[in-house]
Amino acid sequence: MTPLQIYLLVSALLFAIGLAAALTRRNAIIVLMGIEIMLNAANLNFVAFWRFGSHPEALTGLVFVLFSIGVAAAEAAVGLALIISIYRHFKTTDVNQISPAPVAQSPGTSRSQGELAAGSNAQEGSA
Amino acid sequence: MVTLAITAVGTVACGALAVSLRNLVHCALFLALSLGGLALLYLQLGAEFIAFAQVLVYIGAVAILIVFAVLLTRGGDPAREPLLSAGWLSGVLIAAGLFAIVSIAILSSGAGKLNNAGPVPPPDSGSAQAVWQGDARQPLQQMPTSNPATVDRIGQALMTKYVLPLEVLGLLLTAALIGAVLIALQEQRPNPPA
Repeated sequence: MTPLQIYLLVSALLFAIGLAAALTRRNAIIVLMGIEIMLNAANLNFVAFWRFGSHPEALTGLVFVLFSIGVAAAEAAVGLALIISIYRHFKTTDVNQISPAPVAQSPGTSRSQGELAAGSNAQEGSA
Repeated sequence: MVTLAITAVGTVACGALAVSLRNLVHCALFLALSLGGLALLYLQLGAEFIAFAQVLVYIGAVAILIVFAVLLTRGGDPAREPLLSAGWLSGVLIAAGLFAIVSIAILSSGAGKLNNAGPVPPPDSGSAQAVWQGDARQPLQQMPTSNPATVDRIGQALMTKYVLPLEVLGLLLTAALIGAVLIALQEQRPNPPA
């Protein structure tokens, strides 16, 4: 097994770990960590192919990894801000308990919810 | 080769621990360790600048951000809730199948024959470098060292050939910063819903 294949296998293993984490864990922060691990696995692939490719002086892989790191940083910042906001709203970070307003309900409950929303709006307006 | 094996095993083990532990702080710690191991792998690949950028951005910023998020969202007792979703088996199977397919492709491809002797030495003639550099008006001098990725070269590439993507990335980071602050702002509500 050559070094390139070792790097590629490490990268594939990291990607599989990240994918499994993003698919199976319930905590949203762990899901985000899995996504970060997947991004890093892709970066490792870039660097390995840059190094063992036929034109390492072209620097294409390196520059791509730099941009990828920058975009991943932006993604992490926005993702964690979303998680904090969701936690503030739902009081949980469990992705299975986070859901939008119930859609499949009988008309009576939805109307009562509408009245509730209108009532809260009026309350806010009066306040 | 031994160093590579140790680093690779450590990185993968820390990555696996980072997503399988129950205590979120431990998860963040092992994630930082795994990212540090990746930086070591970059160093062994000869990409020093990428390694230091990895340490700076991931261990210095992203890991700290994750720790902040973990501490800010720690509500009540984590108790004995199940760690995994209901359909966790299918997720694990999908990941394992993906790894099997990719590893078979890697092992059976010509990647091993691509460059058995290790990294390609840089070309000796300056003409080939003038071709890759993209800026034909200022062809670089003869490559001084055997390392093709000095900070000097990366900086020149970023400032000439990739200057537009760099500016766009700066814009994206600014927008993400503002967006993150706006999203995470405390909602101004006199009566928070019960």
